[in-house]
Amino acid sequence: MEIIEEGQGELVGWYDPDENREWVRVNKSRDLKDKRMAMADAVAKYVPDGAFLATGGFGHVRVSMAAIYEIIRQRKGNLTMAGKTAVFDADVLIGAGCVTRMEVAYSFAHELRGLSPAGRRAVESGQCKVVAELSNAAYQWRFLAAAMGLPFIPARDMLGTDTFKHSSAKVVKDPFSGKPICLLPACYPDVVFVHVPRCDMYGNAQIDGILIEDFELARAARRLVLTTEEIVPESVIRDQPWHTAIPFFLVDAVVEVPYGAHPCHMPYLYYFDEEQIAEWLRMSKSPEGAREYFDKYVYGTADFYQYLERIGGVRKLDYLRKVEQLRAAPNTLTRVPTES
Amino acid sequence: MTNNYTATELLATVASRQLEDRKSVFVGTGLPMIAGLLAQRTHAPNLLIIFEAGGVGPRVPVLPMSVGDSRTFYQAAAASSMHDVMSMCQAGHIDYGFLGAAMIDRYGNINTTVIGDYAHPTVRLPGSGGANDIGSLCWRTIIIMRQEKRRFLQKMDFVTTPGFLTGPGAREKAGLPAGSGPYRVITQLGLYGFDAVTRQITLLAMHPGVTVEQIREHSEMDILIADRIETTEAPTEEQRRLLHEIDPAGKVMGK
Repeated sequence: MEIIEEGQGELVGWYDPDENREWVRVNKSRDLKDKRMAMADAVAKYVPDGAFLATGGFGHVRVSMAAIYEIIRQRKGNLTMAGKTAVFDADVLIGAGCVTRMEVAYSFAHELRGLSPAGRRAVESGQCKVVAELSNAAYQWRFLAAAMGLPFIPARDMLGTDTFKHSSAKVVKDPFSGKPICLLPACYPDVVFVHVPRCDMYGNAQIDGILIEDFELARAARRLVLTTEEIVPESVIRDQPWHTAIPFFLVDAVVEVPYGAHPCHMPYLYYFDEEQIAEWLRMSKSPEGAREYFDKYVYGTADFYQYLERIGGVRKLDYLRKVEQLRAAPNTLTRVPTES
Repeated sequence: MTNNYTATELLATVASRQLEDRKSVFVGTGLPMIAGLLAQRTHAPNLLIIFEAGGVGPRVPVLPMSVGDSRTFYQAAAASSMHDVMSMCQAGHIDYGFLGAAMIDRYGNINTTVIGDYAHPTVRLPGSGGANDIGSLCWRTIIIMRQEKRRFLQKMDFVTTPGFLTGPGAREKAGLPAGSGPYRVITQLGLYGFDAVTRQITLLAMHPGVTVEQIREHSEMDILIADRIETTEAPTEEQRRLLHEIDPAGKVMGK
């Protein structure tokens, strides 16, 4: 195939497909075994300094915040992160100094809430480096190529733009249509954390609502840690196997952590904690404020259960559940009601 | 201008009128969402709204905070995945893509990545997100943005999302889907289209009370002017009521 143009971005997370097949053959167990683990152990074991990290969900929807706070608590460093719609997850990891390199589809912002003070400060000062650009669909298709065991996948986006020029993709002449087409290289993150509503102790997981890109990402991951709202009996999975989004042999560890996406949103269970997110956005306007936030909520709490008490405990969590069910308004309240 | 409506209300209502009933639209965060929801509640009840994270044809109860939150697949036809909806886009199922933008040039190219030097940015913006995909793969792209001299540019620091790139035929030459491209730009001053021959941005209508001088003052790039310039309709009381029903806390409408 004739190469027409090559993006100049760094190629992150790519392996020759035969090399990765061999890695999978040796390292991914097919054994149906109990994979339950404590959060601290899973992070210590699967997140070495310098790793290439991706999180499931959508940046502030169904993200594994319990894992992210634990990465901060353990002061991991020099991480590269997939900015595959990175929102609150990346912002705190960058703000805490854990992530220093980003491949960006969407980063440094919080959708409707605006640009992120910590992320912008880090990238504009050079403390966090953007190693490549791409689009959301392009990132997701990179994971699809990896999930399929292919070196790349063709797509018709990014063509003609600076997004392409700063990506790791290539444009070639399609041998069938004769038209230029963009080839997206496969992407295998070193470690991926996916938060799910339920799975069994072997890692068979169901996801309620949109999958976003977790079907592909779970299959592209080298190491995959599931955090789950609850661990259910195996029979719950096997009674409805068509609901399994992630089968057990893709999974390296299972961590049960109720409300594990807080302050982000878990579809059907709890909505965004806007009060908590606003506190982060306010405090992270200065590096000192960001440090204070982490002292209060991360370094100053032993684990996620203590964190949940600090953010308002059962009263707050029950309120967020009602907001999700459209039984309480998120918008008119800036403070959680202290009595009902 | 002394109106009983805000500039944001005007943007939302003009944008919503661009959407046809029984068509499909891929919407981004913020005003595009609001305009789509308003269209559904007024002239386009059967507008098929699609969100990039996998929400297909929802009955959105209230403004979502994210294009991936549970409101984007509330009572939906399907809750699928990004791969699924982006593939449908690439396969030609989506009539309109609806985007916000920080900066635009005369060919409708959009920058949402960086202001200033790429390696040492003055301002780092979020990047493409789904915008490059939407601008590449939908049939027609509609862009809503604030018009200022520093946003309506002759030359941009970075092209995040393709418009007509460098002019006639450039999209097809780059390999983008044939017959696709930017369709409308809506600002607080007016409504723009793109000239069929030159592919350059063209003023089609101005909002009530706006002058051509104001349009030019708020633009660094050259703007073509249509032979006959229409005046857009001001928001009705009913549209304003609906907008505040969609966004009761003023998360977007309050801006």
